[in-house]
Amino acid sequence: MLRSRIIPCLLIHENGLVKSVNFSNYKYVGDPINAVKIFNEKEVDELIVLDIDASVKEVKPNFDIIRKIASECRMPLCYGGGIKTVEEAVEIINLGVEKVALSSSVLNDFTLLKEIGDAIGKQSVVVVIDVKKSSSIFSRMTYEVYTLNGKNKFKYSLKECIKFINEIGIGELVINSIDNDGLMTGYDHALVKFVRDNTDYPVTFLGGAGELDHIGKLFEDYGTIGAAAGSLFIFKGKYKAVLINYPSFVDRYNLYSK
Amino acid sequence: MVTIIDYGSGNIQAISTIYRNLNIEHQVVSKAQNISIETSRIILPGVGSFDQTMLSLNNSGFRSKLESLVISNKVPILGICVGMQILAKTSEEGKLGGLGWIDGNVKKFQFAEKAELRVPHLGWNTIEMEKKSSIFNDFEAQRGFYFIHSFYFECANEDEILCKTHYGNDFVSGVQKSNIYGTQFHPEKSHINGVNLLKNFAQNVEI
Repeated sequence: MLRSRIIPCLLIHENGLVKSVNFSNYKYVGDPINAVKIFNEKEVDELIVLDIDASVKEVKPNFDIIRKIASECRMPLCYGGGIKTVEEAVEIINLGVEKVALSSSVLNDFTLLKEIGDAIGKQSVVVVIDVKKSSSIFSRMTYEVYTLNGKNKFKYSLKECIKFINEIGIGELVINSIDNDGLMTGYDHALVKFVRDNTDYPVTFLGGAGELDHIGKLFEDYGTIGAAAGSLFIFKGKYKAVLINYPSFVDRYNLYSK
Repeated sequence: MVTIIDYGSGNIQAISTIYRNLNIEHQVVSKAQNISIETSRIILPGVGSFDQTMLSLNNSGFRSKLESLVISNKVPILGICVGMQILAKTSEEGKLGGLGWIDGNVKKFQFAEKAELRVPHLGWNTIEMEKKSSIFNDFEAQRGFYFIHSFYFECANEDEILCKTHYGNDFVSGVQKSNIYGTQFHPEKSHINGVNLLKNFAQNVEI
């Protein structure tokens, strides 16, 4: 049976590893290559690495650091950050990355999304959408999309973005909740349901996991799904000491069978 | 000598890292004329689309060289993911013909709406062995292998199916016909099971 995936998500900022709360308050937590080595030993299902500087600073992806991470990585790797052209996506795949994560560039240009899918295979294309709840007394609650690390509110809503993406075809959708980022209080289940009802592609959720039971609850409610987390696999204990961690295969197996 | 074919498609680096850590002699070649005469195993990786993979194989001069090594000299070859799919005759993903070394066609996963089976088939899944092979020595069944694909190999001959995997229905996740092997999953990204499979392919499979 296909298992759900439990995926650490690493953020790279100024060549170091950081963790945020609500997309701000970045805290330095270590060296990315060292983290990858530890996650290798722990046999993680998959790894997401996002460079949060590249798109904001309008620079190209840092191919050197991607090469180092990819050659170290013994598990499937998804890289995102600063990819603006088909050539850059192809180069990243050639460095040994399985999946290329795209966000602002393709949300602004759905033709680019199609072209990248044609070049590297749609199954290797991941679209990351940063989402924030919005409600006013005049309208129903909606999910709004933000780009460039939560700085820019995007012209289309989450529902509209997903509709465009569905038509083009991708490998996976990663939904990142800005509201829940770093809070460690659990995933936004209403958001999960909303996204799952609106697409047939595999979906991974990021933002809010603070304990394994939060992941277990996601598997219990939604079946096969991707559960990504930053803080959970980086911090340990109530004082949030930096300690890279990941559940053992037996512990994961107990979560799958929920 | 394990020769890893680099035709601009697929995860070359991860495979070569595994062989380096295992101290197994290997080379990565991007030109057909650089294939060592000591080649005793060939790995054909693949990420990307069927046509793109076939196109680069046809245009690079690798195809004829591989045909002489694999078909005439019976050197064992392992195709991974799209590298397995191109062993078939045709694919619904493209217009070009495959190598046709294993009789079959590549089909797209189709599931009834609301079946909760998403495409691509993405993540860790288990396999059921259809025949005994030393390529599966030391295999830990529960852990399975990593998959990422929207198309699957429909094998014409039952006895060329190496293993199957369940996703909605059973599909062929591994093929084998004498010296020709293929896996739909990615051993190079499947932790210990993948390392063991690559090791077995290099050292233990029957020639």
